[in-house]
Amino acid sequence: MVDVTPADAVPPAEVGEVELYHPHSWWTKYVFSQDAKVIAVQYSATATAIGLVALVLSWLMRLQLGFPGTFDFITPEAYYQFITMHGMIMVIYLLTALFLGGFGNYLIPLMVGARDMVFPYVNMLSYWVYLLAVLVLVSSFFAPGGPTGAGWTLYPPQAIMTGTPGGQDWGIILMLSSLILFIIGFTMGGLNYVVTVLQGRTRGMTLMRLPLTVWGIFTATVMALLAFPALFVACVMMLLDRALGTSFFMPAIVEMGQQLQHNGGSPILFQHLFWFFGHPEVYIVALPAFGIVSDLISTHARKNIFGYRMMVWAIIAIGALSFVVWAHHMYVSGMNPYFGFFFATTTLIIAVPTAIKVYNWVLTLWRGDIHLTIPMLFALAFIVTFVNGGLTGLFLGNVVVDVPLSDTMFVVAHFHMVMGVAPILVIFGAIYHWYPKVTGRMLDETLGRFHFWVTFVGAYLIFFPMHYLGLMGVPRRYAELTDMTIMTESAHHLNSFISIMAFIVGFAQMVFLFNLIWSIRHGREAGGNPWRATTLEWQTPETPPAHGNFGKELPIVYRWAYDYSVPGAKEDFIPQNVPGDFAPSREPA
Amino acid sequence: MSVILVFLLVIAGFAGWWLSHQRLTAKPWLEQGLAGDFVGFDRSALPTAKIGLGVFLAVVGCLFSLFTSAYFMRMGLPDWQPLPLPRLLWLNTGVLVLSSVALQCAVAAARKGQIDNVRLGLATAGLTTLAFLVGQLMAWRQLTGDGYVLTSNPANSFFYLITGMHGLHILGGLVGLGKTSIGAWNGARPERLRLSVELCAMYWHFLLFVWLCIFALLAGWAATFIDICQRLLT
Repeated sequence: MVDVTPADAVPPAEVGEVELYHPHSWWTKYVFSQDAKVIAVQYSATATAIGLVALVLSWLMRLQLGFPGTFDFITPEAYYQFITMHGMIMVIYLLTALFLGGFGNYLIPLMVGARDMVFPYVNMLSYWVYLLAVLVLVSSFFAPGGPTGAGWTLYPPQAIMTGTPGGQDWGIILMLSSLILFIIGFTMGGLNYVVTVLQGRTRGMTLMRLPLTVWGIFTATVMALLAFPALFVACVMMLLDRALGTSFFMPAIVEMGQQLQHNGGSPILFQHLFWFFGHPEVYIVALPAFGIVSDLISTHARKNIFGYRMMVWAIIAIGALSFVVWAHHMYVSGMNPYFGFFFATTTLIIAVPTAIKVYNWVLTLWRGDIHLTIPMLFALAFIVTFVNGGLTGLFLGNVVVDVPLSDTMFVVAHFHMVMGVAPILVIFGAIYHWYPKVTGRMLDETLGRFHFWVTFVGAYLIFFPMHYLGLMGVPRRYAELTDMTIMTESAHHLNSFISIMAFIVGFAQMVFLFNLIWSIRHGREAGGNPWRATTLEWQTPETPPAHGNFGKELPIVYRWAYDYSVPGAKEDFIPQNVPGDFAPSREPA
Repeated sequence: MSVILVFLLVIAGFAGWWLSHQRLTAKPWLEQGLAGDFVGFDRSALPTAKIGLGVFLAVVGCLFSLFTSAYFMRMGLPDWQPLPLPRLLWLNTGVLVLSSVALQCAVAAARKGQIDNVRLGLATAGLTTLAFLVGQLMAWRQLTGDGYVLTSNPANSFFYLITGMHGLHILGGLVGLGKTSIGAWNGARPERLRLSVELCAMYWHFLLFVWLCIFALLAGWAATFIDICQRLLT
């Protein structure tokens, strides 16, 4: 950047090695900004925009499934394209980008008491490379042949063959390029999130005083940094197979009566690489959600989080375990059955730390002073949904149950509950919680409650019946189900019902978007700390926090993040930067 | 996938060692108090940039471990025909070692504040690294000239893919080296220059290490070594 100069007003002992840059023009302040808060908003806005595309795609799929044969423009090819892009966008370009790029950028520096990320320039690049990745992805909709229809797992050989939409056109090439760009951009951002937590913490902020939100995002980022290279390797090799005709993944194959030039490659190799990324990805999305939910529950129940240490250990344990479970996605791939036994065991073990977290959330609520604010409603909804989706995960973790259910709607119901609806509920809760800090105004309460109830109840009405469809044997990935004997009349009615619910829930999201935009100007003034929370982001001198976050002097941390309802204290919360001793008794007053 | 799992085990071991020094058994709810009591548990004394580079190198290591894993899995399939490595690669290895040594000399000089020797070290490193890249390209040409083209066999594909990926990382390093050199000639602050030179050296040593692993892999020694290990274990 040409027009930025290092600031010298900040005391060196406090700032350490982070040099704060001051923007001088509108462009460097709002567009090419190096301020993590602006980058966070940019990340969130881009992710939301591309997420809306994915929402529309899901509507189109539901149109086809709910009312088969009514809409001529939804051909089987188009349906596959909708499925693929919906899945890919939701998992990577929305959830990963929003949790780590959005919430990570906004919350990490504020919560650990830093002025900014440690490498602000790299952080800015991270966003622009992400935006480029999104644009490349979007461009595939306009490429000849349209986007790829290979399914979000992009399994070869079908992903790069003629029969698959985009397989021999531009679709798959743009998809793979976009993923490669995303990973490069994410690595830049991820370095920042990790090193800021390591090195940017203010005085007194030991690791065990970090809010669980930061623990969740930190661990998820470490996992992502180690898992995304696997997707990178898979994408590069598949790109070479498709563009230059190598045979990393492509076996000898006859297509339309013609022998292709590929020879001897291993599709299973791709599956191993893909799921080596793919399974940690589930927890890359889930861990930030776990962390955020812990903070929401503690704040809105006015009670310290139950078992903080256990929560931290569980986050670390889940992060480590999630790297040795990947092949439970491959029970039906024909791999060695002994592997299946091993991976089923590790999969079930991961339920232990996860269950610890659920118990601790519930025990935090126990005898708490529960305020049913909108963030709290979303947090409670998350617990219910996550338990629900997690339990079906235990079913599917067993090989004998997974094999018959693997290709049915049961799996669709499972992963939408556990990794779609649950994290999205947390995102909503988090937005309602931190929006006042970002904008200085509250989101509208009535619209918010409407949004919550329609989304929560509606999501259940969409995905719960899918379990039954799956148990009946209704297959997933099929564009056309009408002629199947499995599809009884009631199953058809259920499908139509699910589709109608999907439209209603989607409509509620429009209300939410309206609320987001409307409240920027018309919302109720929030003040600096509307939820009376303890963590540092609520203690900034200005709201929204100014450039540099904490005014002249960085806060000094004297206590952990969960001093709610401390007996003997004047108020029912003590911010982390308030000195002074209170009797450390935790017996009920 | 065993190579990447071993790599992750090393990372996990390091992370575990680090976490064990972070008082994870503390009871933060009992510990209100002065921040001064916890100074030892704040940030590390290492420069932030070095930690950043360390994390990045872990990611790079992960990437190459995954390529190696894929290499071993693909190697087991029947159509694999190893290709003869050009002799030139030995020379390239020597040149890359030289550039690492030059950068280490530059670090030593920067610590003593001998700016002329820093410049000499940086220039030598830059030139030898360029020579390495040219040498790699010549090795590629030699192989394609002999008919070992990218698509004719998976062993060839992996050779071009892995050496190419390594070359790209070297190329990226050259950008950093270039910026450091500009600083060295335009009178950057000594402590700043010292840090940049140290970062360059760290990156170069790591990529040299990666190259030696790759070389062993492509020459087939790595497979022999693992074979011996497996026999010892069983």
